[in-house]
Amino acid sequence: MKIAISVTAPKPGAAFATRFGRAPAFVIIDTNTDDRQTVANPAARAGGGAGIRAAEFLIRQGVEAVISGAFGPKASDVLRPSGLRLYRAASGTVDDLVARLLKGDLDAVEDA
Amino acid sequence: MIIAVASGKGGTGKTTIATSLALTLASDRPVLFLDCDVEAPNAHLLLKSSFNQRKDATLLVPVIDESRCGQCGTCAEVCQYNALAVTEQRVLVFPEMCHGCGSCALNCAWGAIREVPRGLGILESGNTPAGIRVACGLLNIGEALAVPVIRQLKASTPARPGETTIIDAPPGTSCPVVEALRGADYVILVTEPTPFGLHDLKLAYELTRELGLPAGVIINRNGIGDQRVDDFCQHVGLPVLLHIPMDRAIAVGIAQGIPLTTLKPDYRPLFRQLLLTIAGVRP
Repeated sequence: MKIAISVTAPKPGAAFATRFGRAPAFVIIDTNTDDRQTVANPAARAGGGAGIRAAEFLIRQGVEAVISGAFGPKASDVLRPSGLRLYRAASGTVDDLVARLLKGDLDAVEDA
Repeated sequence: MIIAVASGKGGTGKTTIATSLALTLASDRPVLFLDCDVEAPNAHLLLKSSFNQRKDATLLVPVIDESRCGQCGTCAEVCQYNALAVTEQRVLVFPEMCHGCGSCALNCAWGAIREVPRGLGILESGNTPAGIRVACGLLNIGEALAVPVIRQLKASTPARPGETTIIDAPPGTSCPVVEALRGADYVILVTEPTPFGLHDLKLAYELTRELGLPAGVIINRNGIGDQRVDDFCQHVGLPVLLHIPMDRAIAVGIAQGIPLTTLKPDYRPLFRQLLLTIAGVRP
Protein backbone atom coordinates (compact mmCIF):
# COMPACT_ATOMS: atom_id res chain seq x y z
CA MET A 1 0.00 0.00 0.00
CA LYS A 2 1.21 3.51 -0.84
CA ILE A 3 0.73 6.00 2.02
CA ALA A 4 1.30 9.77 1.95
CA ILE A 5 2.01 11.68 5.17
CA SER A 6 2.02 15.48 5.28
CA VAL A 7 5.32 16.89 6.60
CA THR A 8 6.76 20.33 7.34
CA ALA A 9 9.70 20.30 4.90
CA PRO A 10 10.74 18.53 1.71
CA LYS A 11 13.63 16.68 3.39
CA PRO A 12 14.12 13.38 5.21
CA GLY A 13 13.26 13.44 8.89
CA ALA A 14 10.86 16.40 8.59
CA ALA A 15 8.16 16.68 11.25
CA PHE A 16 4.49 15.80 10.71
CA ALA A 17 2.42 18.68 9.26
CA THR A 18 -1.09 19.04 10.62
CA ARG A 19 -2.60 20.70 7.54
CA PHE A 20 -3.14 18.80 4.31
CA GLY A 21 -3.50 21.27 1.43
CA ARG A 22 -0.72 23.63 2.44
CA ALA A 23 1.66 21.06 3.89
CA PRO A 24 5.13 21.92 2.55
CA ALA A 25 5.78 18.31 1.52
CA PHE A 26 4.61 14.70 1.64
CA VAL A 27 6.50 11.54 2.53
CA ILE A 28 5.26 8.76 0.26
CA ILE A 29 5.84 5.31 1.70
CA ASP A 30 5.33 1.99 -0.04
CA THR A 31 4.56 -0.36 2.84
CA ASN A 32 5.34 -3.44 0.75
CA THR A 33 8.91 -2.46 -0.09
CA ASP A 34 9.42 0.14 2.69
CA ASP A 35 10.63 2.44 -0.07
CA ARG A 36 10.05 6.06 0.89
CA GLN A 37 10.50 9.37 -0.87
CA THR A 38 9.86 12.96 0.20
CA VAL A 39 8.21 15.16 -2.40
CA ALA A 40 7.49 18.89 -2.24
CA ASN A 41 3.79 19.76 -2.32
CA PRO A 42 3.24 21.77 -5.54
CA ALA A 43 0.20 23.41 -3.92
CA ALA A 44 1.88 24.55 -0.69
CA ARG A 45 1.89 28.20 -1.78
CA ALA A 46 -1.18 28.21 -3.99
CA GLY A 47 -3.26 31.38 -3.90
CA GLY A 48 -6.39 29.30 -3.45
CA GLY A 49 -7.55 25.73 -3.94
CA ALA A 50 -4.41 24.26 -2.37
CA GLY A 51 -6.32 21.22 -1.10
CA ILE A 52 -7.67 20.50 -4.58
CA ARG A 53 -4.26 20.68 -6.21
CA ALA A 54 -2.49 18.71 -3.48
CA ALA A 55 -5.15 15.99 -3.69
CA GLU A 56 -4.82 15.74 -7.46
CA PHE A 57 -1.05 15.51 -7.07
CA LEU A 58 -1.23 12.57 -4.63
CA ILE A 59 -3.75 10.74 -6.81
CA ARG A 60 -1.27 10.97 -9.69
CA GLN A 61 1.43 9.54 -7.42
CA GLY A 62 -0.72 6.44 -6.99
CA VAL A 63 -1.23 7.01 -3.27
CA GLU A 64 -3.94 4.90 -1.61
CA ALA A 65 -4.06 6.34 1.91
CA VAL A 66 -3.24 9.79 3.33
CA ILE A 67 -2.39 10.75 6.91
CA SER A 68 -2.67 14.42 7.91
CA GLY A 69 -3.93 16.56 10.75
CA ALA A 70 -6.94 17.93 8.92
CA PHE A 71 -8.47 17.69 5.45
CA GLY A 72 -10.49 20.53 3.97
CA PRO A 73 -13.85 19.78 2.35
CA LYS A 74 -12.59 20.35 -1.20
CA ALA A 75 -9.56 18.09 -0.69
CA SER A 76 -11.91 15.39 0.59
CA ASP A 77 -14.16 15.90 -2.43
CA VAL A 78 -11.23 15.11 -4.71
CA LEU A 79 -9.56 12.34 -2.67
CA ARG A 80 -12.49 10.23 -1.55
CA PRO A 81 -14.29 9.62 -4.87
CA SER A 82 -10.92 8.38 -6.16
CA GLY A 83 -10.94 5.73 -3.45
CA LEU A 84 -8.19 7.14 -1.23
CA ARG A 85 -8.61 6.54 2.48
CA LEU A 86 -8.01 9.53 4.75
CA TYR A 87 -6.68 9.28 8.29
CA ARG A 88 -6.39 11.99 10.90
CA ALA A 89 -3.63 12.21 13.48
CA ALA A 90 -2.63 14.90 15.96
CA SER A 91 1.11 14.27 16.03
CA GLY A 92 3.82 11.66 15.61
CA THR A 93 6.91 10.80 13.63
CA VAL A 94 6.56 9.32 10.16
CA ASP A 95 7.62 5.85 11.43
CA ASP A 96 5.23 6.05 14.35
CA LEU A 97 2.32 7.13 12.10
CA VAL A 98 2.93 4.31 9.63
CA ALA A 99 3.04 1.79 12.50
CA ARG A 100 -0.18 3.15 13.99
CA LEU A 101 -1.93 3.05 10.62
CA LEU A 102 -0.90 -0.57 10.03
CA LYS A 103 -2.08 -1.50 13.55
CA GLY A 104 -5.45 0.18 12.88
CA ASP A 105 -4.85 2.82 15.55
CA LEU A 106 -5.60 5.91 13.41
CA ASP A 107 -9.02 7.52 12.98
CA ALA A 108 -10.35 7.12 9.47
CA VAL A 109 -12.20 10.21 8.24
CA GLU A 110 -15.81 9.03 8.05
CA ASP A 111 -18.27 9.86 5.31
CA ALA A 112 -19.72 13.31 5.77
CA MET B 1 -14.47 63.37 -13.97
CA ILE B 2 -14.56 60.30 -11.75
CA ILE B 3 -14.11 60.74 -8.00
CA ALA B 4 -13.77 57.62 -5.87
CA VAL B 5 -14.35 57.65 -2.13
CA ALA B 6 -12.33 54.96 -0.36
CA SER B 7 -10.83 54.14 3.00
CA GLY B 8 -8.59 51.52 4.48
CA LYS B 9 -10.61 51.10 7.65
CA GLY B 10 -14.29 50.28 7.39
CA GLY B 11 -16.94 52.46 9.01
CA THR B 12 -15.05 55.73 8.67
CA GLY B 13 -17.80 57.48 6.71
CA LYS B 14 -17.19 56.72 3.02
CA THR B 15 -20.87 56.61 2.19
CA THR B 16 -21.59 59.72 4.28
CA ILE B 17 -18.97 61.61 2.26
CA ALA B 18 -19.80 60.08 -1.15
CA THR B 19 -23.52 60.83 -0.83
CA SER B 20 -22.85 64.38 0.40
CA LEU B 21 -20.54 65.03 -2.55
CA ALA B 22 -23.12 63.65 -4.96
CA LEU B 23 -25.94 65.74 -3.47
CA THR B 24 -23.78 68.89 -3.47
CA LEU B 25 -22.85 68.39 -7.12
CA ALA B 26 -26.36 67.39 -8.19
CA SER B 27 -27.80 70.82 -7.47
CA ASP B 28 -26.25 72.09 -10.69
CA ARG B 29 -24.78 69.31 -12.77
CA PRO B 30 -25.54 65.72 -13.81
CA VAL B 31 -24.17 63.11 -11.42
CA LEU B 32 -23.75 59.34 -11.68
CA PHE B 33 -23.35 57.53 -8.36
CA LEU B 34 -21.92 53.99 -8.37
CA ASP B 35 -22.24 52.03 -5.15
CA CYS B 36 -19.32 49.64 -5.58
CA ASP B 37 -19.38 48.43 -1.96
CA VAL B 38 -21.08 45.29 -3.25
CA GLU B 39 -20.78 43.32 -0.01
CA ALA B 40 -22.83 45.92 1.83
CA PRO B 41 -24.19 48.60 -0.52
CA ASN B 42 -26.09 51.18 1.51
CA ALA B 43 -25.87 54.54 -0.28
CA HIS B 44 -29.48 54.09 -1.45
CA LEU B 45 -30.57 54.52 2.18
CA LEU B 46 -29.22 58.07 2.18
CA LEU B 47 -29.90 58.96 -1.47
CA LYS B 48 -33.44 57.48 -1.38
CA SER B 49 -32.72 55.74 -4.66
CA SER B 50 -35.46 54.03 -6.62
CA PHE B 51 -34.15 51.25 -8.80
CA ASN B 52 -36.09 50.42 -11.95
CA GLN B 53 -33.61 48.17 -13.74
CA ARG B 54 -32.15 44.97 -12.50
CA LYS B 55 -29.90 42.35 -14.05
CA ASP B 56 -27.69 39.50 -12.96
CA ALA B 57 -23.95 39.76 -12.52
CA THR B 58 -22.53 36.48 -13.76
CA LEU B 59 -19.28 34.65 -14.38
CA LEU B 60 -18.66 32.01 -17.06
CA VAL B 61 -17.60 28.75 -15.43
CA PRO B 62 -16.68 25.42 -17.06
CA VAL B 63 -18.95 22.41 -17.44
CA ILE B 64 -17.28 19.19 -18.60
CA ASP B 65 -18.80 16.96 -21.24
CA GLU B 66 -17.47 13.63 -19.96
CA SER B 67 -18.29 11.83 -23.20
CA ARG B 68 -15.75 14.02 -25.01
CA CYS B 69 -13.17 14.49 -22.23
CA GLY B 70 -9.81 12.83 -22.89
CA GLN B 71 -8.70 13.06 -19.22
CA CYS B 72 -5.48 14.73 -20.39
CA GLY B 73 -5.31 17.06 -17.40
CA THR B 74 -4.55 20.21 -19.41
CA CYS B 75 -7.55 22.12 -18.03
CA ALA B 76 -6.44 21.63 -14.42
CA GLU B 77 -2.85 22.43 -15.36
CA VAL B 78 -3.69 25.79 -16.94
CA CYS B 79 -6.14 26.80 -14.19
CA GLN B 80 -4.44 29.43 -12.03
CA TYR B 81 -7.13 29.16 -9.36
CA ASN B 82 -7.17 25.37 -8.87
CA ALA B 83 -10.84 25.22 -9.79
CA LEU B 84 -10.43 21.92 -11.67
CA ALA B 85 -9.09 18.53 -10.60
CA VAL B 86 -8.53 15.67 -13.03
CA THR B 87 -8.82 12.32 -11.30
CA GLU B 88 -8.86 8.85 -12.81
CA GLN B 89 -12.63 8.71 -12.78
CA ARG B 90 -13.57 12.19 -13.91
CA VAL B 91 -12.82 15.90 -14.00
CA LEU B 92 -14.08 17.68 -10.89
CA VAL B 93 -15.11 21.33 -11.19
CA PHE B 94 -15.22 23.70 -8.21
CA PRO B 95 -17.23 26.62 -9.63
CA GLU B 96 -16.75 28.75 -6.50
CA MET B 97 -12.97 28.72 -7.10
CA CYS B 98 -13.28 29.75 -10.78
CA HIS B 99 -12.43 33.32 -11.77
CA GLY B 100 -13.93 32.90 -15.24
CA CYS B 101 -10.72 33.40 -17.23
CA GLY B 102 -11.71 30.81 -19.86
CA SER B 103 -8.23 29.23 -20.11
CA CYS B 104 -9.60 25.70 -19.56
CA ALA B 105 -12.06 25.91 -22.44
CA LEU B 106 -9.51 27.61 -24.70
CA ASN B 107 -6.91 24.91 -24.07
CA CYS B 108 -9.18 21.85 -24.19
CA ALA B 109 -8.12 19.81 -27.23
CA TRP B 110 -11.23 17.62 -26.95
CA GLY B 111 -13.85 20.34 -27.13
CA ALA B 112 -15.21 18.95 -23.88
CA ILE B 113 -15.57 22.23 -21.98
CA ARG B 114 -18.61 24.43 -22.27
CA GLU B 115 -18.84 27.68 -20.30
CA VAL B 116 -22.07 28.51 -18.53
CA PRO B 117 -22.97 31.63 -16.53
CA ARG B 118 -22.96 31.36 -12.75
CA GLY B 119 -24.83 34.07 -10.84
CA LEU B 120 -22.66 36.14 -8.49
CA GLY B 121 -25.04 38.92 -7.58
CA ILE B 122 -27.30 41.56 -9.02
CA LEU B 123 -26.86 45.00 -10.58
CA GLU B 124 -29.54 47.61 -10.05
CA SER B 125 -29.89 51.07 -11.53
CA GLY B 126 -32.29 53.96 -11.27
CA ASN B 127 -32.56 57.53 -10.01
CA THR B 128 -32.88 59.58 -6.86
CA PRO B 129 -35.27 62.44 -6.00
CA ALA B 130 -32.30 64.83 -6.38
CA GLY B 131 -31.89 63.67 -9.99
CA ILE B 132 -28.78 61.58 -9.42
CA ARG B 133 -28.43 58.59 -11.70
CA VAL B 134 -27.57 55.63 -9.45
CA ALA B 135 -26.32 52.08 -9.92
CA CYS B 136 -25.58 49.55 -7.25
CA GLY B 137 -24.07 46.06 -7.15
CA LEU B 138 -25.10 43.45 -4.62
CA LEU B 139 -22.98 40.35 -4.14
CA ASN B 140 -24.83 37.13 -3.29
CA ILE B 141 -24.50 36.05 0.34
CA GLY B 142 -21.61 33.61 0.78
CA GLU B 143 -20.06 34.60 -2.54
CA ALA B 144 -16.37 35.53 -2.51
CA LEU B 145 -15.95 37.08 -5.95
CA ALA B 146 -16.75 40.79 -5.59
CA VAL B 147 -14.42 41.91 -8.39
CA PRO B 148 -16.49 40.71 -11.39
CA VAL B 149 -19.62 42.25 -9.86
CA ILE B 150 -17.86 45.62 -9.51
CA ARG B 151 -16.37 45.34 -13.01
CA GLN B 152 -19.78 44.56 -14.53
CA LEU B 153 -21.44 47.35 -12.52
CA LYS B 154 -18.98 49.90 -13.90
CA ALA B 155 -19.15 48.52 -17.45
CA SER B 156 -22.93 48.39 -17.56
CA THR B 157 -23.36 51.96 -16.27
CA PRO B 158 -20.90 54.19 -18.14
CA ALA B 159 -20.98 57.91 -17.44
CA ARG B 160 -22.84 60.02 -19.98
CA PRO B 161 -21.11 63.08 -21.46
CA GLY B 162 -20.91 65.86 -18.87
CA GLU B 163 -21.75 63.59 -15.97
CA THR B 164 -19.54 63.56 -12.88
CA THR B 165 -19.16 60.07 -11.42
CA ILE B 166 -18.96 59.45 -7.69
CA ILE B 167 -17.79 55.97 -6.74
CA ASP B 168 -18.47 54.63 -3.26
CA ALA B 169 -15.68 52.03 -2.91
CA PRO B 170 -15.58 49.01 -0.61
CA PRO B 171 -13.42 49.30 2.53
CA GLY B 172 -9.94 47.82 2.68
CA THR B 173 -7.14 47.70 0.12
CA SER B 174 -7.73 44.38 -1.63
CA CYS B 175 -8.80 43.46 -5.18
CA PRO B 176 -12.40 44.79 -4.97
CA VAL B 177 -11.03 48.21 -3.94
CA VAL B 178 -8.54 48.16 -6.81
CA GLU B 179 -11.37 47.33 -9.22
CA ALA B 180 -13.53 50.15 -7.79
CA LEU B 181 -10.70 52.72 -8.06
CA ARG B 182 -9.62 51.70 -11.57
CA GLY B 183 -10.21 54.61 -13.94
CA ALA B 184 -10.80 57.19 -11.19
CA ASP B 185 -9.36 60.70 -11.60
CA TYR B 186 -9.11 61.38 -7.87
CA VAL B 187 -9.44 59.35 -4.68
CA ILE B 188 -10.81 60.78 -1.44
CA LEU B 189 -9.60 58.69 1.49
CA VAL B 190 -11.88 58.92 4.50
CA THR B 191 -10.35 58.13 7.86
CA GLU B 192 -10.69 58.81 11.56
CA PRO B 193 -8.00 60.11 13.90
CA THR B 194 -7.39 56.81 15.72
CA PRO B 195 -4.52 54.29 15.60
CA PHE B 196 -6.68 51.97 13.43
CA GLY B 197 -7.65 54.86 11.19
CA LEU B 198 -4.02 55.85 10.74
CA HIS B 199 -2.79 52.31 10.17
CA ASP B 200 -5.34 51.62 7.45
CA LEU B 201 -4.97 55.09 5.91
CA LYS B 202 -1.29 54.32 5.36
CA LEU B 203 -2.24 51.15 3.47
CA ALA B 204 -4.88 52.95 1.42
CA TYR B 205 -2.43 55.77 0.62
CA GLU B 206 0.14 53.20 -0.56
CA LEU B 207 -2.54 51.68 -2.79
CA THR B 208 -3.33 55.03 -4.44
CA ARG B 209 0.38 55.54 -5.03
CA GLU B 210 0.69 52.07 -6.54
CA LEU B 211 -2.22 52.88 -8.85
CA GLY B 212 -0.80 56.31 -9.66
CA LEU B 213 -3.95 58.13 -8.54
CA PRO B 214 -4.00 61.55 -6.88
CA ALA B 215 -5.52 61.41 -3.40
CA GLY B 216 -6.63 63.62 -0.53
CA VAL B 217 -7.92 62.88 2.95
CA ILE B 218 -11.06 63.68 4.89
CA ILE B 219 -10.67 63.19 8.63
CA ASN B 220 -14.05 62.24 10.01
CA ARG B 221 -15.06 62.19 13.69
CA ASN B 222 -12.25 64.60 14.36
CA GLY B 223 -11.50 65.05 18.05
CA ILE B 224 -11.94 61.44 19.13
CA GLY B 225 -8.25 60.61 18.83
CA ASP B 226 -5.00 62.46 18.32
CA GLN B 227 -2.99 64.46 15.79
CA ARG B 228 -1.15 61.56 14.23
CA VAL B 229 -3.29 61.30 11.08
CA ASP B 230 -2.74 65.03 10.38
CA ASP B 231 0.96 64.61 11.09
CA PHE B 232 1.22 61.64 8.74
CA CYS B 233 -0.59 63.49 5.94
CA GLN B 234 1.68 66.50 6.36
CA HIS B 235 4.74 64.26 6.44
CA VAL B 236 3.96 62.49 3.15
CA GLY B 237 2.42 65.54 1.46
CA LEU B 238 -1.10 64.13 1.35
CA PRO B 239 -3.60 67.03 1.36
CA VAL B 240 -6.17 67.04 4.16
CA LEU B 241 -9.28 68.28 2.39
CA LEU B 242 -11.66 68.51 5.32
CA HIS B 243 -12.04 67.82 9.03
CA ILE B 244 -15.50 66.77 10.19
CA PRO B 245 -15.75 67.00 13.96
CA MET B 246 -17.24 64.22 16.05
CA ASP B 247 -20.86 65.24 16.42
CA ARG B 248 -23.52 62.99 17.89
CA ALA B 249 -26.22 64.78 15.88
CA ILE B 250 -24.53 63.65 12.63
CA ALA B 251 -24.42 60.04 13.82
CA VAL B 252 -28.07 60.13 14.85
CA GLY B 253 -29.10 61.72 11.53
CA ILE B 254 -27.12 59.27 9.37
CA ALA B 255 -28.62 56.38 11.33
CA GLN B 256 -32.05 57.75 10.34
CA GLY B 257 -31.06 57.92 6.68
CA ILE B 258 -30.55 61.69 6.55
CA PRO B 259 -27.55 62.77 4.41
CA LEU B 260 -24.93 64.97 6.06
CA THR B 261 -25.58 67.91 3.73
CA THR B 262 -29.31 67.80 4.54
CA LEU B 263 -28.67 67.45 8.24
CA LYS B 264 -26.04 70.20 8.32
CA PRO B 265 -26.43 72.47 5.24
CA ASP B 266 -23.33 74.36 6.45
CA TYR B 267 -21.31 71.50 4.95
CA ARG B 268 -22.52 72.24 1.40
CA PRO B 269 -20.13 75.16 0.80
CA LEU B 270 -17.33 73.10 2.37
CA PHE B 271 -17.93 70.25 -0.06
CA ARG B 272 -18.18 72.75 -2.95
CA GLN B 273 -14.83 74.20 -1.97
CA LEU B 274 -13.38 70.71 -1.64
CA LEU B 275 -14.57 69.78 -5.13
CA LEU B 276 -12.99 72.96 -6.49
CA THR B 277 -9.74 72.18 -4.75
CA ILE B 278 -9.40 68.62 -5.96
CA ALA B 279 -9.82 69.04 -9.66
CA GLY B 280 -11.09 72.38 -10.77
CA VAL B 281 -14.60 70.95 -10.85
CA ARG B 282 -17.02 73.87 -10.65
CA PRO B 283 -20.17 72.69 -9.00
